[in-house]
Amino acid sequence: MTTHVGERVSRVDGRAKVTGKARYAAEHAAPDLVHGFVIGSAVARGTITRIDASQALALPGVLQVFTHENAPRLARGDKRWRDELAPPGSPFRPLQDAEIRWSGQPIALVVADSLELARHAASLVRVEVAPAPHETDLEAHRERAYKPPPHERPSVTPPSRGSADKAFARAPVRVQAEYRVPVEHHNPMEPFATTVVVDEDGTLTVYDKTQGVQNVQSYLTTIFGAEAGEIRVLAPFVGGAFGSGLRPQYQVVLAVLAARQLQRSVRVALTRQQMFTIGHRPTTWQRLSLAATRDGALAAAIHEAVAETSRFEDYSETVVDWTGLMYRCDNVRFAHEVVALDLFTPMDMRAPGAMWGVYALECAMDELAVALAVDPLELRLINYAEHDGNEKRPYSSKELRACYHQAAERFGWSQRDPEPRSMRDGDLLVGWGMATGAWESTQRKASARAVLTADGRLAVASATEDIGTGTYTAMTQIAADALGLPLERVTFKLGDSALASAPVEGGSFTVASVGSAVDAVCRELRSKLLKLAQQLEGSPLARLRPEDVEFIGGLLRARADPSRALTFAEVLHRAGIDHLADEVTTRPSKAHEKYSRYTHSAAFAEVKVDPELGTIRVTRVVTAIAGGRVINPKTAESQVIGSVVWGIGAALQEHSVIDHALGRFITHNLADYHVPVHADVPDIEVILVEERDEIVNALGAKGLGEIGVVAVAPAIANAVWHATGKRIRELPITLDKLL
Amino acid sequence: MNRFAYLRADDVGAAVRAVAADPSARFIAGGTNLVDLIKENVERPTRIVDITRLPLGEIGPGERGGLRIGALVKNSDLAYHPEVERRYPLLSRAILSGASAQLRNMASTGGNLMQRTRCSYFYDTTTPCNKREPGTGCAALGGFNRMHAILGASEQCIAVNPSDMSVALAALEAVVHVTGPEGDRAIAFAEFHRLPGDAPQLDTNLRQGELITAVELPALGFAEHHAYLKIRDRASYAFALVSVAAALELQGGTVTEARVALGGVAHKPWRDREAEALLVGRRVALEHFQRVADALLQGAVGRGANDFKIELARRAIVRALSHAAGRTSRDDARR
Amino acid sequence: MNDGNYNDACSRITLRVNGAAKQLDVSPWTTLLDALREQLHLTGTKKGCDHGQCGACTVLVDGRRSNSCLSLAIMRDGAEVTTIEGLAEGQALHPLQQAFIDHDAFQCGYCTPGQICSAVGLIREGRARTPDEIRELMSGNICRCGAYPQIVAAIEQAMGHEEGR
Repeated sequence: MTTHVGERVSRVDGRAKVTGKARYAAEHAAPDLVHGFVIGSAVARGTITRIDASQALALPGVLQVFTHENAPRLARGDKRWRDELAPPGSPFRPLQDAEIRWSGQPIALVVADSLELARHAASLVRVEVAPAPHETDLEAHRERAYKPPPHERPSVTPPSRGSADKAFARAPVRVQAEYRVPVEHHNPMEPFATTVVVDEDGTLTVYDKTQGVQNVQSYLTTIFGAEAGEIRVLAPFVGGAFGSGLRPQYQVVLAVLAARQLQRSVRVALTRQQMFTIGHRPTTWQRLSLAATRDGALAAAIHEAVAETSRFEDYSETVVDWTGLMYRCDNVRFAHEVVALDLFTPMDMRAPGAMWGVYALECAMDELAVALAVDPLELRLINYAEHDGNEKRPYSSKELRACYHQAAERFGWSQRDPEPRSMRDGDLLVGWGMATGAWESTQRKASARAVLTADGRLAVASATEDIGTGTYTAMTQIAADALGLPLERVTFKLGDSALASAPVEGGSFTVASVGSAVDAVCRELRSKLLKLAQQLEGSPLARLRPEDVEFIGGLLRARADPSRALTFAEVLHRAGIDHLADEVTTRPSKAHEKYSRYTHSAAFAEVKVDPELGTIRVTRVVTAIAGGRVINPKTAESQVIGSVVWGIGAALQEHSVIDHALGRFITHNLADYHVPVHADVPDIEVILVEERDEIVNALGAKGLGEIGVVAVAPAIANAVWHATGKRIRELPITLDKLL
Repeated sequence: MNRFAYLRADDVGAAVRAVAADPSARFIAGGTNLVDLIKENVERPTRIVDITRLPLGEIGPGERGGLRIGALVKNSDLAYHPEVERRYPLLSRAILSGASAQLRNMASTGGNLMQRTRCSYFYDTTTPCNKREPGTGCAALGGFNRMHAILGASEQCIAVNPSDMSVALAALEAVVHVTGPEGDRAIAFAEFHRLPGDAPQLDTNLRQGELITAVELPALGFAEHHAYLKIRDRASYAFALVSVAAALELQGGTVTEARVALGGVAHKPWRDREAEALLVGRRVALEHFQRVADALLQGAVGRGANDFKIELARRAIVRALSHAAGRTSRDDARR
Repeated sequence: MNDGNYNDACSRITLRVNGAAKQLDVSPWTTLLDALREQLHLTGTKKGCDHGQCGACTVLVDGRRSNSCLSLAIMRDGAEVTTIEGLAEGQALHPLQQAFIDHDAFQCGYCTPGQICSAVGLIREGRARTPDEIRELMSGNICRCGAYPQIVAAIEQAMGHEEGR
């Protein structure tokens, strides 16, 4: 038995995490380490007229207070500040000028020889600001919306098709509704932090909380005008990120700046409150107009969205595309615009775009089902998209029907009484709702290096990250299987910018991208090893075809005759070499261009609502996921369960409230910004539907980091309607909206 | 976070003298609120006086058949104390619906009474707040006031007291024993906390240097007919939007004594004896509960985001009284 | 003691951490969390919010689970502190640590030490018998990765409930 892929393997980094030995960005020690504390702006817009740090600097142990007045001028020009994931625009440059662009913007860094002293000294710094009027309210400024320039994709929105407005006007059954969603913050449990260790030769080892060590490394070398070898970025463990670590955060710039100026090792960690001064999921207004024939076939679909961006960057995400993709419809119109506000640039947050776009679409589909008096699941099946209507091409695979059937069966959907307020548990109203989800499956160029040593151990490495996603474990499984080794003899290294190139850890593409490279490099070693073995004098494997040799338990062995075998160690020893190494880069295949590649899901949720008090509890969720081949069902289920918890939070709790008078997030802590706790989360059933896909990549794996979250919030919102008869089109659905 | 000097007090008198002499000194016990506020620069004491080694950690019989709870008794020890579970289950439930298990293991009885508001603006030193800095204004009035007061507020401050335990203590008519530079005194629970008025910086009627030594529960514990209903934005570990402590004495289906205290709606646990009196001598019936709710909420004012709390409180009062009377089979709603 | 005997400089305190006596010099305002992380380099105890709103800093103080971020170290002079680093006995994991691995009760691992220490306290308190009671009494430990169902299953396993199900 040497296959590990597809098995419920426990995390290889589990022991380090349950014993407290896993070290995160703020936990790496350095001799004579000093601590930086960030001072943030109290206003949303204005100009700093004076900073008086004299009281702080007078304290023994305070080394420096960096401000725009004394910080070194870093690179000029927007282009140099643009990291791998920067949207079009002019990226923020910490401490480079007196301008304040959002409330909480870092305007000074106090460095002292202890954490407490730095924090205390920060409270003594006096900042004077000439404030300017700010605008932070999307609704109030929707008239300023504009079409953002393209970001990442060739075009932000696909072309509209048919004549949606005419078809909508003519159709017999129509629904039109506006949906509103708030700002959310990622709030990974580990706050952003950086520890910069100044080595004896002056090079910097930067332990950073990031989803892209190489993105941060190239950003830092560019803005500081450093040589590539001067800065190395490490992130062996990342305490969650959910997209917030895709771009370099400001604390890494401040920490490196201070370390270079002071020639001291420096740590800068953000407080939880400061975690609300970085990127976020943008507040978004949407209008869905759906029309159908009497038999339920979609006749027209119009999806309009207006989202927020900052004044200095045009962030946009894929919000409206889903409406043209997920269902069959010939008349579709898209409109997606943004409004620039005095807030920090939004950032990708788990399933960016789909989270809100699919929420609105799937609630509108539920409303349409009610208007048609058709079962919501039936409506989805009537309009099932066999092809991608946006790109006009087939799917590489799509087992969404199986998701619907298996999850509906497990949930007991056929027992649902369609009438709202018809189902009860004692005095509580019971509601059942469902929704569909989709998320893209992509592969990016990635490299991996593998070294097989004479002791029969395999070390594989790539500059990817494990943000809790299970990368360490999945890659170890893939590598072990490619060479027929037990897991204990394989190590996978990641989170180091000096390793073989890898994309950022995000977009659900890590297994497809890095996994493909790991698989390929290990297969390369396998070929090399076989060749070496066959060249040995008197080789028992001589002249066997590759398919007639199996790699099992650290042995090469003739399939036909297990007595003809050599251990890996023997081969290397007899060949007179101590190791075998290779590095391979993999890219998406040409077939990608001919197919649309997506993961799909169906979620079914039960809520119980107190009819008088409005309190809502999610009591059951069943979700089925079609995500291609599953490398590790154990960690995959955890990803999906976690996604469902996110869906519960988005539907019922999460809300970064902006006080528009102050231009500031006011729920900026974990007591005011509610995320689900243990008591909010019921048992969650996950079904991983079998789906074969030979197009997406050699492994057939499509990625599971985001698909699980997409359908959950609309399923819950639809369940709340079913329970109460009230259609709440503004998230989160808090109890006051039901009173 | 400011810097402060630390003193460990070995006896009550020394502790009182230390704080009486210095208006910026604070007692500290569990620290769960004070340390939090110091980190945020909301509280800036120059000195803190550690009272955790004082002999105030006992629970024992009270003077008039009740129970005397030392000020240093931890919230969890109080909630799970067999006498409290048996005789004052309302108090036990209220405590257990607040904070988290860890915080309840740290927080003291006296400290719980001294909890300051959780108003987001009070906590954010970049914003105006009359409670934190008198005279700067109240950002919550026109701002995000979902959690804020509907009763007894002033134009200076619409903050609410966040305690659950205090709501039960108000219903139980506990007495707070304090000792101060001028000696000992006993404060009726209703007189302990205050409304904001023109001095929202003051949460209680304690005088400088006064230290809570004990909380005394009267003999009447309402062990048979009580309910603590807490409504919040998630199932646990969240402050109340509205909470209700309801306690009834019944004789053959007729109310002989009624207490209703509200949490999350005012600067102090809210009671109205006249409203409660509407129940006395009545048979248990929904219409009477509704009348009490209406009377309790007379004069309630919403400030925008918290308008819903008026209706929510009305329904919560009726539910809690019904539950206390045993008229519904349902357990306390979980939020 | 006299009323003037204030101390605003560093004080020498003794903590018994994971069974070993440790002497530390702390300021009055140094929290137990910062003392553990910055001075003793016991970084298994995490700083998630620094305000008692997440539970990542949970340790056992004199056997009871507490938020170390809201504890002043100087007030814990003489206390017995158990952190995540003190649960395993040599190579043998604590049953809860093993159960967390078995049930995949974490993803990023940052809340995990707090969850485990909290669960040790929970079991010791003996107040949770049903999954719902575990959920309620573990609600002071937030897991943003959303591993709650697995954490509850791991705690049940450690409680020895597994066989009865």
